[in-house]
Amino acid sequence: MLEIKNLQVKLEDEDKQILKGLDLKVEAGKVHAIMGPNGSGKSTLSYVLSGRDGYEVTEGSATLEGEDILELEPEERAAAGMFLAFQYPVEIPGVGNMTFLRTAVNAQRKARGEEELSASDFLKEVRAKAKTLKIDADMLKRPVNVGFSGGEKKRNEILQMAMLEPKLCILDETDSGLDVDAMKLVAEGVNALRDENRGFLVITHYQRLLDHIKPDVVHILAGGRIVKTGGPELALEVENNGYAGILAEVDA
Amino acid sequence: MALPEAKQTATEARLAALELPEGGCLKAARQAALSRVQTMGLPSRRDEYWKYTRPDTLTAAEVSKAAVFETGEAPMFDGFDRLKVVFVDGVFDADASDDLSLEGISIERIADICEKDIHWAKDLYGVLEARGQTPVQRPLAALNTAFATDGVVIHVTGTPSKPVNLVYRHADEASDAILHHVIKVDSGASATILENGPAAARFNKCMEIDVADGGALHVVRAQGRDHERRAATHMFARLGTESVFKSFTLTVNGVLTRNEAVVELTGDDAVAHIAGACVGDGDFHHDDTVFITHDAVNCESRQVFKKVLRNGATGVFQGKILVKEGAQKTDGYQISQSLLLDDDSQFLAKPELEIYADDVACSHGSTSGAIDEEGLFYLRSRGVPKAEATDLMTLAFLAEAVDEIEDADVAGAIIERLEGWLARRH
Ligand SMILES: Nc1ncnc2c1ncn2[C@@H]1O[C@H](COP(=O)(O)OP(=O)(O)OP(=O)(O)O)[C@@H](O)[C@H]1O
Ligand SMILES: [Mg+2]
Repeated sequence: MLEIKNLQVKLEDEDKQILKGLDLKVEAGKVHAIMGPNGSGKSTLSYVLSGRDGYEVTEGSATLEGEDILELEPEERAAAGMFLAFQYPVEIPGVGNMTFLRTAVNAQRKARGEEELSASDFLKEVRAKAKTLKIDADMLKRPVNVGFSGGEKKRNEILQMAMLEPKLCILDETDSGLDVDAMKLVAEGVNALRDENRGFLVITHYQRLLDHIKPDVVHILAGGRIVKTGGPELALEVENNGYAGILAEVDA
Repeated sequence: MALPEAKQTATEARLAALELPEGGCLKAARQAALSRVQTMGLPSRRDEYWKYTRPDTLTAAEVSKAAVFETGEAPMFDGFDRLKVVFVDGVFDADASDDLSLEGISIERIADICEKDIHWAKDLYGVLEARGQTPVQRPLAALNTAFATDGVVIHVTGTPSKPVNLVYRHADEASDAILHHVIKVDSGASATILENGPAAARFNKCMEIDVADGGALHVVRAQGRDHERRAATHMFARLGTESVFKSFTLTVNGVLTRNEAVVELTGDDAVAHIAGACVGDGDFHHDDTVFITHDAVNCESRQVFKKVLRNGATGVFQGKILVKEGAQKTDGYQISQSLLLDDDSQFLAKPELEIYADDVACSHGSTSGAIDEEGLFYLRSRGVPKAEATDLMTLAFLAEAVDEIEDADVAGAIIERLEGWLARRH
């Protein structure tokens, strides 16, 4: 599904290398988790994959189902099936959440040559999905993320993901700022989308989320590279012992 | 005090090109206005109040031509249930207009009332304009009072079933129109006025509005899309106790527009909202100059102005809230913002507060900025193409101003125009 080879990324405006030869492969139907110390480049990876400005890829490649995505515009990547649940969802005053969702859904359909969803079909779907995420009608009417609590913003990300039905879902610390119940809701939302055609890349600092969203593979990202890959037990090791041991082992 | 020589000469040249209409009951008002113009002189670049907008083409004896723009689209507010009053190049067109009778409202031409010796409009014509000459001079409005060749006086006595739509058509590329309207809203009465169209190559319009206690007036105008047209408009409103006055202006295109709004809250608990949205591309200069005076207790005023500028377009905002002594519990809000779609465009803002009461809440803010890149990326990451995402953000930027329009259908029509403007730029 997603294949990243020797990805090297620096900041556009600064002579600062952030990703330093990152290799990663996410297969369809699998959940991969990425853990790693603060500042190791996890969000950068997610931004580079979704096409945000400000980064320069100096080496390497990233493909989604064989297609080189690094050359695509962000909207083209989205239409190709890429989705990023932001670590810090953006507030857009003046744009209604509902309008935003409908515009996004229909834009992607159009890009793929599919028919647009009718207003009533869209409404039905959005209401049903919002309900399972405990997103009330008021939140759908309000401007995108404006005045949403941290947890509401994260649930709103998952609602977008559920509506857009992407092929590859990247979740950047979707668990941060969530209370225990909200975390369950979000995890259920994610699990509902799990199927053999969809891949997940879940960035998190905590084992807690992985109790609910069981990963198939866990990677440790440090210093701009994947330094260790293992099974779910790797997350437990981080939870218990932190990164010191793992990093020492890698350095050795 | 004698005027500076250049100003004197320019004023005389302009006045020489005009003819004072036969007065009837408005004769005294016109003559008084003429002497106001002669005393003040017409605005010049040196005047502080015209620091950001060059008045030359507005005051010149000769009108600069403006091509008539055929949009190929249905005019604004077509399809609305309305009473249409049409002016072509500033001249009332009876054939194109609807029958002017409507329950709850009376509409008469200025030209007709001039023939009468007694008319209610006599007590308002030029009166509110004259009041609005202090503390800041507005000579173009006085010029209008003196020389207006047409216009309507509207008396709102009840709640008419539909809005009155003043339609300003432009047919002659060298037309120079001076229109003056007077609107009097009786106690407890309420009406909506819609205005649209470019009016003329050069348009000087003055609207005097008197809203009695408990009355309400809504004005929504869409200034025509002719690229080369010029306009100087004034709105003078006086509000009584618990009255409401709301005005929204959409401006799309036009090489030069100066819209002045002068509002006086004279009765307690009155509400005045003045809003505007303008979108300009290239040779576009748009100036909103607003002066709101709070002279009563517990009144609310809002000024909401949004400008979208690109390709070297210029936006100007001069807005003042004056809270007089004793105007306690004043709630004054003012915001003026521009969205600059490139580095060539500019926004010049002069927000002012002058407060002589101690128990007031007034705020003002002015910003100028580019489109929010974070928001743009967020939308694009969800699959919304860049152009569409930019439009969405632009409409969102304008939303606070458009939200000032109370009628949803009218707001919808305005939004449609804005979307059209954006779509034409893809
Ligand atoms: N636009 C930027 N300007 C300056 N520095 C940046 C920028 N983007 C990323 N960085 C730097 O790159 C490094 C990696 O940042 P990134 O946000 O990817 O880390 P992260 O692994 O997601 O951390 P966290 O766990 O705290 O979310 C950090 O040192 C960060 O300060
Ligand atoms: Mg991060």
